Amino acid sequence: MISLGQLVFQVEYAMKAVENSSTAIGIRCKDGVVFGVEKLILSKLYEQGSNKRIFNVDRHVGMAVAGLLADARSLSEVAREEASNFRSNYGHNIPLKYLSERVAMYVHAYTLYSAVRPFGCSFILGSYDQDDGPQLYMVDPSGISFGYWGCAIGKAKQAAKTEIEKLQMKDMTCRELVKEVAKIIYIVHDEVKDKAFELELSWVGEVTNGKHELVPKDIRVEAEKYAKVCTTTTSLLHGISVTWVQNNSTFKVFFPHFMVTN
Amino acid sequence: MLTLYNPICSLYNPIYYTTIMAVEYDGGVVIGADSRTTTGAYIANRVTDKLTPIHDRIFCCRSGSAADTQAIADVVTYQLGFHSIELDEAPLVQTAANLFKASCYRYREELMAGIIVAGWDKRRGGQVYTVPVGGMLVRQPVSVGGSGSTYIYGYMDSNYKPNMTKDQCLRLVSGALSLAMERDGSSGGVVRLAAISETGVDRQVILGNQLPKWSTA
Repeated sequence: MISLGQLVFQVEYAMKAVENSSTAIGIRCKDGVVFGVEKLILSKLYEQGSNKRIFNVDRHVGMAVAGLLADARSLSEVAREEASNFRSNYGHNIPLKYLSERVAMYVHAYTLYSAVRPFGCSFILGSYDQDDGPQLYMVDPSGISFGYWGCAIGKAKQAAKTEIEKLQMKDMTCRELVKEVAKIIYIVHDEVKDKAFELELSWVGEVTNGKHELVPKDIRVEAEKYAKVCTTTTSLLHGISVTWVQNNSTFKVFFPHFMVTN
Repeated sequence: MLTLYNPICSLYNPIYYTTIMAVEYDGGVVIGADSRTTTGAYIANRVTDKLTPIHDRIFCCRSGSAADTQAIADVVTYQLGFHSIELDEAPLVQTAANLFKASCYRYREELMAGIIVAGWDKRRGGQVYTVPVGGMLVRQPVSVGGSGSTYIYGYMDSNYKPNMTKDQCLRLVSGALSLAMERDGSSGGVVRLAAISETGVDRQVILGNQLPKWSTA
């Protein structure tokens, strides 16, 4: 017999699984939504672009995930079926609020019974359509879903949230936001613990005519260049501060994101 | 439109061999219907209300078998009400029309129902969708249906212009319906009108002696 207390722990353990995964962020701006995922490369043998962490749920809906990738893939199928059934029954695009509630209800169901385990992934859903404009929702393993202007999931989510809060996203366009998203991912990436990573960027908005797709290569390259420039400035400052501290015989570990000045 | 003889349905079932019409204008729709229900040659109800509310701002005009259309309308009212609560917002006219189509197409062999769905929603304003016998769905700015509709296609084609006002639409619909009722034996009684817009539904009845007169006699 599993006690109710233990079932709740299972949900918390699931959320810990998410926190061990690399970061994914989603930000909503005035004319669209941009996703950025820090995809850690665990082996040099991986083909570039494999193990995608951003999925297409419907033409106008995208999903960025963090946590157990297998769980996330299965949930993306659930989301796709929901969106497809809605369109089949009611004749138009599924509103994102409704989709995220339906998928959240599904995730929640797995927290109710001892015969199954909760899903070990969180995900961010984003969409753009003519009537509702840009929308962003996040679902976590407990089965809760909230709407956001910007949110982050994964190991550096606190740091990423701090960065996101600095942005004036309501006044930005997708093109401007792409660069900022790349910058945030580069900032929160821990060079010490995790070496190589691939930046996965996708967007949906007026700029893509309401279609969710990966950001085109040239724009992504430009965004990464901008991000690298910003973080190099940061690392220089990081270098200076660590030297100063060591001279004073105090050992402290400074993470790059605490030193952000731009 | 309803000239097919349906071997399944007995002529003594109550039928709306009717005239129904719906017109879009900027800000809403105007719908209208006659009020005759027949069982064979007997007029079972001469003051029928064929304009049925499906939701606060969505109506349907029913023609064909009375029982079939009432049953479908009840089903769609339930489905749409549930959907609207789930979504936590007013449903789209397009959704209602798709629900009608789903029922009318799936059971097309058993049903005889020609329905016009019309209403207002905040995303696309006034809309008219027609779901004739067989279960097709198409959006039109103006739509006529029922046995009496054949007599007023010419009137409609020559008198309908896009971007009319609500009052012009009301006059167009009442004029067209009274013409059809004059010529079609299966349509008659009073003209029931409804104007649906953001502010609400405004229903009217035009009695027989107040109808616009077309014949000189």
